[in-house]
Amino acid sequence: MSIRIDKPRCIGCGACTNACPGGLLIMQEKKAHMRSLRDCWGCTACMKVCPAEAITYFLGADVGGRGSQMTLAREGVIYRWKIQSPGGARSEILIDRRNSNKY
Amino acid sequence: MIQAEKIETDILIVGGGTAGCYAAAKLAALSLRVLVAEKANIERSGCLAAGVNALNAYIAPGHRPEDYVEYARKDGEGIVRDDLLLTIAQNVNRITEELEALGLVILKDEEGRYVTRGWRNVKINGENIKPLLAKAARQNKNATVLNYVNIIDLKTVEEGTEKRVAGAWGFSTREKIFYDINAKAVILATGGAAGLYRPNNPGFSRHKMWYSPFNTGAGFAMGLRAGAELTTLENRFVALRCKDTIAPTGTIAQGVGAKQVNARGEVYETKYGLSTPERIYGTVEENRAGRGPCYLHTKGIGEEKEADLIRAYLNMAPAQTLKWVEQGGPDSRDVEIEGTEPYIVGGHTASGFWVSTKRETTLPGLFAAGDVAGGAPQKYVTGALVEGEIAAGAAAEYAKDVLLPESDEEETRRHIAQVEAHYASEGPLRAEELEEAMQKIMDEYAGGLHTDYRYNEARLAVARERIEVLQEAARSLPAEDPFELLHVYELKERLTVCRALIEHLAARQETRWHIFGENADYPERSTDFDCYINSRLENGEIKTLRRPLVKGGTYEHTH
Repeated sequence: MSIRIDKPRCIGCGACTNACPGGLLIMQEKKAHMRSLRDCWGCTACMKVCPAEAITYFLGADVGGRGSQMTLAREGVIYRWKIQSPGGARSEILIDRRNSNKY
Repeated sequence: MIQAEKIETDILIVGGGTAGCYAAAKLAALSLRVLVAEKANIERSGCLAAGVNALNAYIAPGHRPEDYVEYARKDGEGIVRDDLLLTIAQNVNRITEELEALGLVILKDEEGRYVTRGWRNVKINGENIKPLLAKAARQNKNATVLNYVNIIDLKTVEEGTEKRVAGAWGFSTREKIFYDINAKAVILATGGAAGLYRPNNPGFSRHKMWYSPFNTGAGFAMGLRAGAELTTLENRFVALRCKDTIAPTGTIAQGVGAKQVNARGEVYETKYGLSTPERIYGTVEENRAGRGPCYLHTKGIGEEKEADLIRAYLNMAPAQTLKWVEQGGPDSRDVEIEGTEPYIVGGHTASGFWVSTKRETTLPGLFAAGDVAGGAPQKYVTGALVEGEIAAGAAAEYAKDVLLPESDEEETRRHIAQVEAHYASEGPLRAEELEEAMQKIMDEYAGGLHTDYRYNEARLAVARERIEVLQEAARSLPAEDPFELLHVYELKERLTVCRALIEHLAARQETRWHIFGENADYPERSTDFDCYINSRLENGEIKTLRRPLVKGGTYEHTH
């Protein structure tokens, strides 16, 4: 799995480049650029700091991915995860960051 | 041409992850100059990038620190350091309160007490734990954070008959800048080592692994070269995970009470035991007997529990959530499980630097904390923070009595020349190719997934020979830019760690731990090995030695 930068959506703030634990994201022509898709750990740190919902998370085909993807919108204390399955069906899961894990 | 910069500091912290950030934060109480060198950015770097779903080292009311020591000793089959474990156990509850004060969400009951799972675990929302620790580090006004700087070697100075560590060399991962850092004391907090063995997903998703793929074991390699001693590397760690996504299994097993079953639907976990290595051992044995694949039996848990699991995984392993959305959730199908490739990680097993109770390595001036420090398994996040605090205090005390070293221009030039040689080299091999070769060798000859974690002396001899060949080839690897240069050095560090690991595996001629150290020549446990296996680098060779078990009290090096 890895991430893709939605270049038209990217506002060029650079927040994701400081969040990547592998230093894999850099700025290139005023947009975020992922240097190596295969080196992504899948931690989603970049998505959590992106103010523009411009980072898409997907599963590689080698771990069972068939085209579904997720984006993340921050709304105050809420993380709104938007999931799109290969057939186009959309769903959302809201996580309240003030709550601890149930398990 | 690479540009060189000199920096002076009192305390250099190498690695701004869990232990490194906390060490920097704790040094705020003292008026010492602190420098944190981090190859990425401390905001999210290290093991906690994605967050953590529980604090696994906390002692619930009714239990004592000594109980924790006993538990860790039993789990480590006796090859642990009581003194180190006790200092951790005595402090994890205070550290937990400090984390809450930093802003961590911890679940509490109506009376304001932490809600525990079992007697050593508290429930949290830990997805933002690293930014909280990074903020604490930055609040130290005397601390400078040097992000995007990769440290490549420790600086030592000889004073009379004693050698001490007095700084480090490194380079920027963004620009062609070389750093020559003088320090009175150095704290290594570089984490453990992933990427030594061929991973579960060797292709596109090669970094979809349990441990941080950016932790290369650089600290072990640097420490060995400087002359420090390591311990118990042969106590590797392997995690039981959901297949492909490498998502945690404990949340399913404990959260909804799912049992491990084989392809025939038989519950096999009771046959082998419930500790982590036993759960993996059972899974390996069932697969070997032709009864795989193995699963966590979740089918039929109901839609409500399924929805809970899908939410829970979104916070800690979103790949699993996405997989369930793609292929059907845990109510409709069981979750396949597998063991990961082996890692070297002192927060879980006893691998790492051989340290005194104060976390000083065998080299004066060099301290270690967190996953890079050995002897104290099951330390997890809170234990790593305790070690950061202890190492910070000890390093500050040490720094009072020493002077900054004179710059060693000749050694600095030698390191710069090495970096420039990589920039000038034209190949033909690349770091990525050698990394794959290394992982294949370790997988096939040093007890990786390929051999169900088993190894023997004949295989280790092949691994030893081939890793040495790769080390030679790595000297002339090309790098076009600082990012490629980082990969070249990461590979070289991993190869050094592999060499030490091979000698550790060969030296423990018994099977003390299933999976973690499965020596096929010696399949039984032996009282002859009720000792630590330690190692040092001497004249280019890894030498192993045995040290007697340290029980109770405190431990100081005699040097």
